[in-house]
Amino acid sequence: MDGTTHGPDDARMAAGPGEAVGRAVTRLEDPPLVRGRGLFAADVNFPRQIHMRVVRAELAHGLLRSVDATAARALPGVVAVWTSADVAEIPSIPFRATKVQGLEPYCQPVLARDRVRYVGEPIAAVFAEDAYLAEDAADLVAVDIEPLPAVLDAAAPPAEFAPGLHTEPTIVRKGFGDVDAAFAMAHAVIELDLSVGRHSGVPLETRGAIARYDAARDLLELHGAAKKQHWNRDEIARLLGRPPSSVHLFEGHVGGGFGVRGELYPEDLLACAAALRLDRPVKWIEDRRENFLATNHSRQQRHRIRAAVDAEGRLLAIDDVFFHDQGAYVRTHGARVVDLAAGMLPGPYRLPAYRVAGHFRLTNKTPAATYRAPGRYETTFVRERLMDAIATRLAIDPIELRRRNLVATAEMPYPRPLDVLGSDVVLDSGDYAKLLDQALDRFGWKALRESIAARRASGECVGAGLAFFVEKSGLGPSDGVRITVDHTGTVELVSGAASVGQGVDTVLAQICAEALGVGYSGIRVVRGRTDRIEFGNGAHASRVTVMSGSATWQAAQAVRAMALETAAPLLQLSPEVLTIRDGIVQRKDGATEPSMTLAEIARQMGPNSPAMRGRTPGLTAEKWFWSDHMTYPYGVHCALVCIDRGTGAVKVERYLVANDIGRAINPMLVEGQIAGGFAQGLGGALYEEFRYDETGQPLSTTFADYLIPTATEMPALDVLIAEDAPSPLNPLGIKGAGEGGTNAVGAAIAAAVDDALGQPGAVTTLPILPGTVMRLLDRAAP
Amino acid sequence: MSETRRITLIVNGEHREAETPVRQHLADFLRGTLGLTGTHVGCEHGVCGACTVLVDGHAVRACLMLAVQAAGHEVTTVEGLSLADGTLHPLQQAFCDHHGLQCGFCTPGMLTTLVEFLAEHPAPSEEEVRLAISGNICRCTGYDSIVAAALAAARALRGDAA
Amino acid sequence: MKPAGFAYHDPQTVAEAVALLGRLENARLLAGGQSLMPMLAMRVAFPDHLIDLNRVEGLDGITVEQGVLRIGAMTRQRSIERSAAIREACPLMTEALTHVGHLQTRNRGTIGGSLCHLDPSAELVTVAAALDATIEVAGPEGQRDVAIADFPLGFMTPALAPEEMVVAIRIPLWPREHGYSFMEFARRHGDYAIVSAAALLVLDSAGRIARASVTLGGVGAAPLRVTTAETALVGEAPTPALFRAAAACCEGIEAMEDPQAPAWYRQRLAAVLTRRALERAWARATGEAA
Repeated sequence: MDGTTHGPDDARMAAGPGEAVGRAVTRLEDPPLVRGRGLFAADVNFPRQIHMRVVRAELAHGLLRSVDATAARALPGVVAVWTSADVAEIPSIPFRATKVQGLEPYCQPVLARDRVRYVGEPIAAVFAEDAYLAEDAADLVAVDIEPLPAVLDAAAPPAEFAPGLHTEPTIVRKGFGDVDAAFAMAHAVIELDLSVGRHSGVPLETRGAIARYDAARDLLELHGAAKKQHWNRDEIARLLGRPPSSVHLFEGHVGGGFGVRGELYPEDLLACAAALRLDRPVKWIEDRRENFLATNHSRQQRHRIRAAVDAEGRLLAIDDVFFHDQGAYVRTHGARVVDLAAGMLPGPYRLPAYRVAGHFRLTNKTPAATYRAPGRYETTFVRERLMDAIATRLAIDPIELRRRNLVATAEMPYPRPLDVLGSDVVLDSGDYAKLLDQALDRFGWKALRESIAARRASGECVGAGLAFFVEKSGLGPSDGVRITVDHTGTVELVSGAASVGQGVDTVLAQICAEALGVGYSGIRVVRGRTDRIEFGNGAHASRVTVMSGSATWQAAQAVRAMALETAAPLLQLSPEVLTIRDGIVQRKDGATEPSMTLAEIARQMGPNSPAMRGRTPGLTAEKWFWSDHMTYPYGVHCALVCIDRGTGAVKVERYLVANDIGRAINPMLVEGQIAGGFAQGLGGALYEEFRYDETGQPLSTTFADYLIPTATEMPALDVLIAEDAPSPLNPLGIKGAGEGGTNAVGAAIAAAVDDALGQPGAVTTLPILPGTVMRLLDRAAP
Repeated sequence: MSETRRITLIVNGEHREAETPVRQHLADFLRGTLGLTGTHVGCEHGVCGACTVLVDGHAVRACLMLAVQAAGHEVTTVEGLSLADGTLHPLQQAFCDHHGLQCGFCTPGMLTTLVEFLAEHPAPSEEEVRLAISGNICRCTGYDSIVAAALAAARALRGDAA
Repeated sequence: MKPAGFAYHDPQTVAEAVALLGRLENARLLAGGQSLMPMLAMRVAFPDHLIDLNRVEGLDGITVEQGVLRIGAMTRQRSIERSAAIREACPLMTEALTHVGHLQTRNRGTIGGSLCHLDPSAELVTVAAALDATIEVAGPEGQRDVAIADFPLGFMTPALAPEEMVVAIRIPLWPREHGYSFMEFARRHGDYAIVSAAALLVLDSAGRIARASVTLGGVGAAPLRVTTAETALVGEAPTPALFRAAAACCEGIEAMEDPQAPAWYRQRLAAVLTRRALERAWARATGEAA
């Protein structure tokens, strides 16, 4: 065995598709899922299990006077009812390591102690024999809250969070260059006030946690886990006072993650603590209303941004002050979204000076965290609105303005004196101008302008817009993969990654198949299990394909080398003339004899094989891929919209996402990521919003009020996958593909709506609602 | 209150008899009482479509029907779509071939909805397919691949060359 | 989101159902369940007794006789949508149904359920108002008729005594050559309309408007007829200007305000959709549109 060392990158894969990589093969995941044989959280059941129901705050802010569970406890079938006193020894939910100081007092207790801070905050937990009974009992818990005024506007001056603490835990400041000097010498200064609405991932499967204590082995198991199993395991163990090796997390099928699922939430700890204390398996399945109230929200920000430009429209400086509506508590991400927004705002443009202050502010709403393209959906909207406004002010074509400011290929890798998530921003590779040209060409921009002019002449209200974005992906520092060929020749790949339903198994199998020389479809991929691999950094930040994919490549290369070295003497050939095809070691020149199967080699390397004496047996290797820098995919979104003058409704007629992701391991899956990501971006641009009334009561708590786009809202979508700028940072040249479809949707649709209205800069807020558009139409009317 | 009733019904061609609380909805009955967890519960208020099953051949939301109301009726769930020998239904196959699913949570509801729809509309337009699945939320795919899969399945069911 | 407990009753006849209604405290009728079941799940409805109408005989069916369309209360929306007789005799209803929910909800949802749920923007209630429908109501004393104009007592409150139930709806048919249109604006297809408009027109031999019906859903507490618009239309020669003027009557109507839409926006939509519906109805009356 090769051990857990990390060596130099193994050979980079040559450009272009290989045997398995670069092919649109069907997914390993699909057969059980289409048969209804998946295992989602709610499908997990254990004998003797009890069901947990959480009693939640119905007021946005108040002093918790009393919680009376007497009637609930008396209900037949109720096993226990817990209030904060019952979990007093469990610390608040922590956040992941960050250099931002002072966040600790703002973390959420597992059950509210003396205050409630948002509608939906857990106050008590009921445990009963079935889910219906648990809900009956929860209704009987009497909660007395003395209302306090609710803070609902993050841009308003901070209020008191608790005695001596105000509602602004921190301000994230970044910058470089002499901003004040740039503004002093600017040809023009452009200033905007822009807002992005509160919306979130809202996966179709709600959260779930099924905890079980196995006294025989002293093991605590948590099923229904996702995304960050290993970090969550370590924290659950710490918070409950157990060694990490006595806690195991299991990920089954995951019904969508999008950033919100798989974080450590109060309910996870409640279920685990109850399984230990009540000595019964505990099942908690979030209902949809809870999902709207209790699972992380995202996105809500207001930016006051200024740009200084020269006479040609070149950026001299950007100065941005923004207010991030974090909701009631700091959660596991800490101030990460603010950090991402501040660090990623400059996007693809050359920028000599930059200053940003991100006010991280608490309000009496559901806590917020990351959602697909966090901090980028928001700042791409802001930055691209700014670019359009500059173009308008200086009467320069908005595309030409962007061209003048794009970082050139010759400048790559392009270091920005900024850091994001503790990693220096170095745009690793890219040909931004080329992709812009490709996108305009593919969208038929020139012909489109003509057809728009013709349609306007006949009375239609149509317009087109575009936006450029830079994504980030492949967050390090490490991820590991262990690949083993067993004595039947079956390949097992164990990864510390997780899946949120995007096709991780297939992608890792394709990379393994390519490097090892086996078919991808027989590879067994194991992930999301802390009992099978000691470490893992999970599935987020578009990191799995980059990090675990690269580790897979290296581990498979190592297994391949071992197989060839073992086979060579037995075949009486040198390893250099050998290759592996379809799991058979044979000569590179195509001769079919002599040969040896991987199964035979694995048997040769077994623990009872005399040849292995003194060595670690097994045809197996574990490799860890390390990365100090993120890799930066980029792209262009183009939108064509038509506005109904009578209703103000915006219909997106055509849309293009052009995205350079370095290398597409499976183009079909990449298209799927982009199309799905686009639909979510469309939701945030036109439909989805968590709204609150003036007392902090949430108004979007059903699928009838929180409007997710359906098949009839989707425009004709075109996806252009470019592979012109492979990342130099990993052996396959991969950049993540998970978030580029979402990133610039709000920005591009806003530009198109402006264009249709003939009112540059009209759109200042997302989502763009029909009533708002009607007001804008009125403004234009004579 | 925990009134229960004993009900008999046909599920995926099999005669089933079981006790159910009268307030239990059909989706919980199929999943919990009968162990058919392929039917997914996404909202329990009748909007997302994940729990769609066929009752007497008609697509209905299983969260909006009490289990007792299914007594004497024929229910088909996603588990009942493939042939007895395990061969995938043409819709199931088309979803695999066209990447019509990512997380797979909406898939059972999409499939059951489309079974009824394609039986009535063997040669649908893309627009008709979109309307047919407009009561099923998918959060992963953006729908285009599902529409493509449905159209391919329609061709397969008609016996046209793909 | 699991319903609270209730006792379940599944009568076989209308008489049994009415008797149960008379006998049981805090009972609710369960028709298609597409509105009541979510209310139970969200625990905003807490009936002690649920009386399921799905096994009651004789409550479904569609007949067209002597110029009157009669639809049994438990007739599924999907059966109405697919009825050739209704498409022929009352195409406004067929058109409205394409906006009602989705395939799966129409497979279960009933016309009687829609009428009694009485959502302000429910398409079928708007259609019933547009067509001067009569609601047949059964009670302990036998059956009585309620004009649709008298049916809503207020927001989502039908004029039914606790022991009464709807058994059918009767709709007097318009002349075969009438023009009709149902238009609505919803944020997404299949959602409850923010505003809907139904228009029917009959032209006389001189091409003037002999009869007009204009109805708005989603504006008031229940669907409402815009008689001022109807008066403005009748006797006039149809022109775009006339339709614009008639539609302008809608802007002054007091409109609801909710998180989905402010009142002013509903008023604007009411006027726009009415104008569009009238234009479409006219085109159909003259055979210029299908």
